[in-house]
Amino acid sequence: MAEFDWPWQYNFPPFFTLQPNLATREKQLEAWRHLILEYHRAHKMHTLDITEAQNSPLFYNKSLKRKLSVETIFVVLEDLRKRGHLEWLDKQHQRCYVYWRTLEEWGKLIYKWASKNGMVNTVCTLYELTNGDDTRDEEFHGLEMDVLKKALQALENEGRAELIFFDENEGVKFF
Amino acid sequence: MDRFEWCDGSFQSSEKLLFKIQSGVKLYDGDNVTNFVNGGLTLTNYRILWQSEVSSREYISLQLQLVVFIEKESSGWGRSGKIVVHLIEPSSRKGQTNKGPVQHSPFSFVKFTFKNGGEIDFYTQLNSAIEKREWEQKLLLGKSERKLRTGIVGIERQIQEKQKETDKSISAAFKDLSKLMDMAKDMVSLSKTIAQKIQDQKGEISEDETIRFKSYLLSLGVSDPVTKDTHGTGDDYHKELAKELANLMEKPIEEAGGIMPLSDIYCRVNRARGLELLSPEDLVNACKVMEILKLPVKLHIFDSGVMVLKLSSQDDSILAQSASVLVEEKESLTSDELSRILGTSVVLAKERLLSAEKSGFICRDDSVEGLRFYKNRFLKEMS
Repeated sequence: MAEFDWPWQYNFPPFFTLQPNLATREKQLEAWRHLILEYHRAHKMHTLDITEAQNSPLFYNKSLKRKLSVETIFVVLEDLRKRGHLEWLDKQHQRCYVYWRTLEEWGKLIYKWASKNGMVNTVCTLYELTNGDDTRDEEFHGLEMDVLKKALQALENEGRAELIFFDENEGVKFF
Repeated sequence: MDRFEWCDGSFQSSEKLLFKIQSGVKLYDGDNVTNFVNGGLTLTNYRILWQSEVSSREYISLQLQLVVFIEKESSGWGRSGKIVVHLIEPSSRKGQTNKGPVQHSPFSFVKFTFKNGGEIDFYTQLNSAIEKREWEQKLLLGKSERKLRTGIVGIERQIQEKQKETDKSISAAFKDLSKLMDMAKDMVSLSKTIAQKIQDQKGEISEDETIRFKSYLLSLGVSDPVTKDTHGTGDDYHKELAKELANLMEKPIEEAGGIMPLSDIYCRVNRARGLELLSPEDLVNACKVMEILKLPVKLHIFDSGVMVLKLSSQDDSILAQSASVLVEEKESLTSDELSRILGTSVVLAKERLLSAEKSGFICRDDSVEGLRFYKNRFLKEMS
């Protein structure tokens, strides 16, 4: 894993206690939002599992011996969800997608790539988009299939792409 | 009937059996039938014993000394013979009322009926026993024996004796206490006159020690405490009390950093008042009217419910700010550490930190090591 540049808050013990003062809490949650998204972006991770998260360095600063409690993790994640950066995968709220870019942003990014590379009006497979050689330098390289589909659906709603199914393969056509 | 007693059927020393009928004896309370039907009757030189046929352990006895005289009631056709035993009034035998099967009876006589005969022999034996009056000798004997007696009665007596003694010593102790109270009043007036004298002689004797002694005396207590006797029980009392408290506590509160918990106030005030102690309730009520009276100190209740008296001139935000400055100096503080720095109680230190947190100066770190406060870098470094 690449060395992650932790923000100063990560080494500030009160960061791991939910602040009762509302103004302070607002700033604290803002820092958490930022940290979680940056962390996932840096590690190209798209899902988060609550049980695992409690011991991941993200929520557990071992050198400081401070850990964000599960209740507080939920508060932070709920805050992310409200801003469209997170989506629960199950009703029990055990796993979730972390969108370090919102679906719209992903869609735009993919469309930008497609138009730059002359892929408009052609069909590419979804596998090509996430794992193809052409997209190796793009941020959406390695994007999870479900997230990709959701992003493309968002594009579809805007009328700039169409999802196509052929031979058990899935593809997309950009307009 | 109320002169009968339960007993165990065993004979006392020097008690002799005179006559015995095995069965068929029924007991009447006056003219009424009792539950004591079908029993054996035993006559001794002291008592008449009746024993139930059903349970051989059930005995009741009648002391012969209670018998005035006896008479035969003729046994008619088909009726069993009866003997009427006339008894003396129960008032002459107080203290034994609880030991018998019947507590009260309107009759002063009992009847025995003899279904299986034997009444004539019983009558003559009983008459001679009453005439001999052997129980009188027994009473004389009993008196000398009494102290040696053991068993439940003996133990009971010992307990009674002990109780009497403790009663005595308790009342003696309270006598001492009331004496002490009187003495204390004298002491107070004495100290007052001494203080007065010293005050008068101030010009003549100006040694440091006397002045110190005077100051001790003057700080000894409240010379004229506000009491319910002097100021009634209503609002006036609390107002006067509030004034007295403010007067008394302003300096100590100032010395303690402008704030003092009510529990401390309570102790100090009552120590100063000496005899006229204040109830916690009166203290709180008096403190509540302080603000209305615009006194130099006033009551403040923290969010946690902790009550304190503080100087009216002192501002909350200044307190919070001073706490946050200390936190910044030390980087982080617990309420315990702050209390040591400020020399206040932990409770007050915590309240200060909480109010500083409320104002956004500091933020908390709640871990297994306890609640610790840090400078609020969230608000200060991000914006």
